[in-house]
Amino acid sequence: MKRFGLISVPYLWLLALFLVPFLIVLKISLSDTALAIPPYTPTLDISQGWEGIKAWWIALDLENYFWLASDDLYWKAYLSSLKIAIISTILTLMVGYPIAYGMSRAPDEWRPTLMMLIILPFWTSFLIRVYSWKAILSNEGLLNQLLMYLGVIQEPLVILNTNLAVYIGIVYTYLPFMVLPIYSALERLDESLLEAAEDLGCSRLKAFWLVTMPLSKQGIIAGSFLVFIPAMGEFVIPALLGGSKTLMIGKVLWEEFFSNRDWPVASAVAVVLLLLLIIPIVLFQRNEEKQREAEK
Amino acid sequence: MRRLSWFNTASLTLGFAFLYIPMIILITYSFNAGKLVTVWSGFSTKWYGELFRNEAFLDAAWVTLKVAVMSSSIATVLGTMAAYVMVRAGRFPGRTVFSGMIYAPLVMPEVITGLSLLLLFIAIGLDRGVLTIVLAHTTFSMCFVSVVVSSRLVTFDQSLEEAALDLGCTGFEAFRLVTLPIIMPAVVSGWLLAFTLSLDDLVIASFTSGPSSTTLPIKIFSAVRLGVSPEINALSTIMIGLVTVGVIGASLTSKRSIAKRQKDEQEAIL
Repeated sequence: MKRFGLISVPYLWLLALFLVPFLIVLKISLSDTALAIPPYTPTLDISQGWEGIKAWWIALDLENYFWLASDDLYWKAYLSSLKIAIISTILTLMVGYPIAYGMSRAPDEWRPTLMMLIILPFWTSFLIRVYSWKAILSNEGLLNQLLMYLGVIQEPLVILNTNLAVYIGIVYTYLPFMVLPIYSALERLDESLLEAAEDLGCSRLKAFWLVTMPLSKQGIIAGSFLVFIPAMGEFVIPALLGGSKTLMIGKVLWEEFFSNRDWPVASAVAVVLLLLLIIPIVLFQRNEEKQREAEK
Repeated sequence: MRRLSWFNTASLTLGFAFLYIPMIILITYSFNAGKLVTVWSGFSTKWYGELFRNEAFLDAAWVTLKVAVMSSSIATVLGTMAAYVMVRAGRFPGRTVFSGMIYAPLVMPEVITGLSLLLLFIAIGLDRGVLTIVLAHTTFSMCFVSVVVSSRLVTFDQSLEEAALDLGCTGFEAFRLVTLPIIMPAVVSGWLLAFTLSLDDLVIASFTSGPSSTTLPIKIFSAVRLGVSPEINALSTIMIGLVTVGVIGASLTSKRSIAKRQKDEQEAIL
């Protein structure tokens, strides 16, 4: 009985505030836009009994999804989010792996400090970290000032309000999510394996490819998902660093909801985004559970 | 002792420079006398003064703090329960759904979480305000708490709990007297994580807040959307400072408590 209570409290909380809301999103995505409060029809009217429920059910349709499919704005936004998320995941991996590797090779007494230095930005406001790049990347910003002072460029580079700024923003803010899982995989790596590979005639680079990389695979997978999945639906970074040409689905959803007040279309955008993310989310969860089993 | 190769030294130096230079610049320019945040025109603390005279920011900061304290406290209780269920309850009907609901919010795009919660609150007729933000923040941060706590529970020796039960403790007493003190560091860091997640959140709060309950991130976002402002730099500097003190403080105390525990254990063996 007590066990039942322990399970049911968090269970019911998540059901009511995580699962049920999705069902509501799904339902509204099948409704029609209306100039009313709330701005969609039909609304379920239980007081009319069975007839009310039937009328409600019949009025639901896939119209909003046809609308999404027919308007290329949405297609382009999904594709461009996918592209931005994939490119920035690869970039984050390229920046993050050497850091994680360096940390795992550092002397033992440095490690807690290095670890803290990686985690510290993660505790600082995300919004502030994104904002800090605005002053660096703008046309009269510090990066352009530096490059012009050094004589590398004559004209300021336009970086802010382009996709490049979005990539920089994503790599910067999500870097700890990539570094930490890779580091924890590399930290467990038994160094005698590398010595064995070298004794058996591998060059250091070859030993890295054949031993270190495969053994850190799980960290790479976990880190990549932790960057890719939230980057796909990112809103703050494209809104602050991207330009009017930066199409990302999170921003489209936000504008559909707050500016156009089109709740049914915003809901349909959310449902499609979720469907696109379900595969990576399930793969991520599998990877986590596998790792958990391995640690036991 | 191991020495770092030049490659590792270079990647660590560049990596940490990349992480910290933007923040150092941000902090430096909060002390700039001029209005521009890209041209240095002398040292001044006037933006801090402006900040503390800005009623709207102070109000928003107060709302944010209230929401963060409430949501992180509820999330810690619920998240610890959820972690206990995940690690100890074994099989029960709906376990897969439960573990899915624990992991999914960790990676769910915030726009979806925010939208779905808002539609729920409207469907049940709950007015948007501090309460709705607290409910929303509790829901996603309890999942983070549960991950942090369950990683500690997994490594915890279950026989200690069984011994307490054998010696006549009830289940709850065994939890309070044996399990909780041992997992306490994880519970505290779970609370801290939930607290900062709540302080930090813009997207979910934007969906679930009402006109009278603007949080600090919402205020900051609308201020910086158009451009940079030294007042925001000053505010950011204060927030970065608080976090730095908090994180360093927490890591020192946990180091001390680990050292103390090791000493206690050694003495107990002797």
